[in-house]
Amino acid sequence: MSAVLLEARGIGKRFGGVQALKDVSLTIKSGEIYGLIGPNGAGKTTLFNVFTGLYPRDDGEVLFGGSPLHLESPHEVAAAGIARTFQNIRLFGNMTARENVMVGRHVRTRAGVVGAMLRTRAERTEETAIRRRADELLHYVGIADRADDLARHLSYGDQRRLEIARALATEPKLLALDEPAAGMNATETAGLRDLIEGLRRDGLTVLLIEHDVKLVLGLCDRVAVLDYGQKIAEDVPEAVRANPKVIEAYLGTSAH
Amino acid sequence: MDILLQQIINGLTTGSVYAVVALGYTMVYGVIQLINFAHGEVVMIGAMVAFSIITSLAGSGMPPLAIVLAGVMAAIPACMAIGYLLERAAYRPLRHAPRLAPLITAIGMSIILQHAALLIWGRNPLAFPQIIENPSFSIGSAAISAVQITIILLSLLMMAGLSWFVYRTRFGIAIRATAENVHVASLMGINANRVIAATFVIGAGLGAVAGVMYGSYYGIAHYTMGFTLGLKAFSAAVLGGIGNIAGAMLGGLLLGLVEALGTGYIGDFSDLCRWPGASEGMGWMGERCADGAHFVVFGSNYQDVFAFLMLILVLVFRPSGLLGERVSERA
Repeated sequence: MSAVLLEARGIGKRFGGVQALKDVSLTIKSGEIYGLIGPNGAGKTTLFNVFTGLYPRDDGEVLFGGSPLHLESPHEVAAAGIARTFQNIRLFGNMTARENVMVGRHVRTRAGVVGAMLRTRAERTEETAIRRRADELLHYVGIADRADDLARHLSYGDQRRLEIARALATEPKLLALDEPAAGMNATETAGLRDLIEGLRRDGLTVLLIEHDVKLVLGLCDRVAVLDYGQKIAEDVPEAVRANPKVIEAYLGTSAH
Repeated sequence: MDILLQQIINGLTTGSVYAVVALGYTMVYGVIQLINFAHGEVVMIGAMVAFSIITSLAGSGMPPLAIVLAGVMAAIPACMAIGYLLERAAYRPLRHAPRLAPLITAIGMSIILQHAALLIWGRNPLAFPQIIENPSFSIGSAAISAVQITIILLSLLMMAGLSWFVYRTRFGIAIRATAENVHVASLMGINANRVIAATFVIGAGLGAVAGVMYGSYYGIAHYTMGFTLGLKAFSAAVLGGIGNIAGAMLGGLLLGLVEALGTGYIGDFSDLCRWPGASEGMGWMGERCADGAHFVVFGSNYQDVFAFLMLILVLVFRPSGLLGERVSERA
C-alpha cells in the first residue's frame, strides 16, 4: 500500500515483576485502519499508553513518520500528530462540548497568555477560526446540536463522539481509538462504524483497539493480535481469523 | 442603622481584598491541588515593594497618583517573578511527590519569604506616606472614603477581568482543561507546566495589587501582614469552595462582611447590661448597669473569631464550600 506512518520496534514495558509488553514490533501504514485485538490483559491499552506518552517505556523505540518520537512528554506526542480517545471516557465534564473541541485545537495554535490578555487582532481572528473549526468537527461527528451543553450532560454515545471530535481537533495523522464501541448498543456501534469508515475516506490513519472482534475484522485493513504482552499475529483480517495461534489465545487449547 | 451601613461599606472593602487574594489560592489549587501557603507572603511583598517605591518618590515632586501607580507597577512584576520562581524552584520538582511534600514546602517558602522581607525592610512597619488626599463622601449617615471606593472598584474590575480571561479566552480554556485533568489536557497538546506557571504568575500579579490596596487601606505594610491576610483569604477560598473562581470571590466578600458586621455588633450584643432584667437582681453589676455602665463580654478584637467561626459552620454543613463541587469526581 503506502508509506509507513508508525513503526514500533521492540517495545517492552514492565510493571514491577509483570512483563506487560515484551518485544512488540509493528508497523502502521498511512491511510489504513489498523486493528489491535487480544484477550483481556493482553497489553493492548498499555501499548496505547506507551505510544501516546502516558507510560514511559522500558525498551524499544517508536518511529513516527520516519523520525523517532519523543515519548517523554505527551504534549509533544500530540504535536507530532498522534491523538487518542480513552476506553473510559475522559472528557472535560464541566466544559461545553464546543470548549472540549477547542482544547484540542490548542496544539495547532499559539495561545499565549499575553496575546489572550492584549486581545490582539491576530488573536481574535484565530479564536474565531478555532470556534468555527470546533463547530465543523462537532457537525462531522454528528453532535452539532449539543455544542453548548456541558460534556457531562451528553449521552454515552455522544460523549464517545465528542471524544473523537476533540481528538480530531488536534489534526492528527494517526487517530488511536481505545475501545470506542465499549458499552454501546447495536445502533450506536453501527453509527460508530460509519464514522470510522468516513475517517478513512478522509485519509486519516486509524489505530483501533476493540473487544468487538466482529467490528474489528469487518472494519480493519490489517490486524495485530496481542497475547500476554507479545504479538502473536499481524495480518489481514481473514488470515488472522484463521490463524491457529489466535484461535488458541481466544478459545484456549482443546484437549485432544 | 448608621453602624449597619458603615460596617457593610467597611466589610465590602476588606472583603474585596480577601476575594482578590483568595483567587490566587483557588486558581493554583484548582490546577494542581496545592495550597500555596506562600501566597500571603507574595501579597505582603507586593505591598512592601510598592511602599518602598512610593516612599522614595514621595519627595520628588511627581504627581501623587503617578507615584502610587509607579509603586503598583513595580510591585506587579516583582510578585509575578516571585510567583514564577516559587513554582519553578520549589513546587515543580515535587510535582510527582506525595501531596504532603509540596504542602510542607509551601509552608517553608512562606517562612523564607517572610524572613527575607524582614532582612530587606526591617522589623518596623512601613507607613504609607501622606501624599494623597483621601476625601470621604457621606452616604446617609455613613461615610465612604476615596480609597475604599478605589479598592472596591479595582477589585471588581480585576475579578471581572479574571473571569473573562478564564471563561472566554483560549488560554482560559487550557487552564480549565488542565484543572479538570492534567493528563488528558497534555494529550491535547497543552503544555501543563506552562499553564501551571501561568496560574502562579497571574495569582501573584493579582496578589500584588491586593497587597497594595490592603496596605494603603490600613496605612501600613509590615513583614508579618501576609500571614493573617493569607489565612483569611485562604479561608475565603475554602468558604466559597476551593478551586472555584466564583466561589473565591463570593467567599471573600462574605468573609469581609461577616467580619465587619461582627466587629460592629458583637460589643452591643454581648453587653450584659443590655439583656432584660440585667439591672435587677444582679447585685453590684445590676446597680452599675442602672448607672449606664457596660459589661461587654466580647470586644471588637474578636473579629477574627467571627471569620473562622463562619468558616467552621459552613464546612460543617457544606464540606465542599458554598459553590464547591463534589470532590469524589476526581478518581
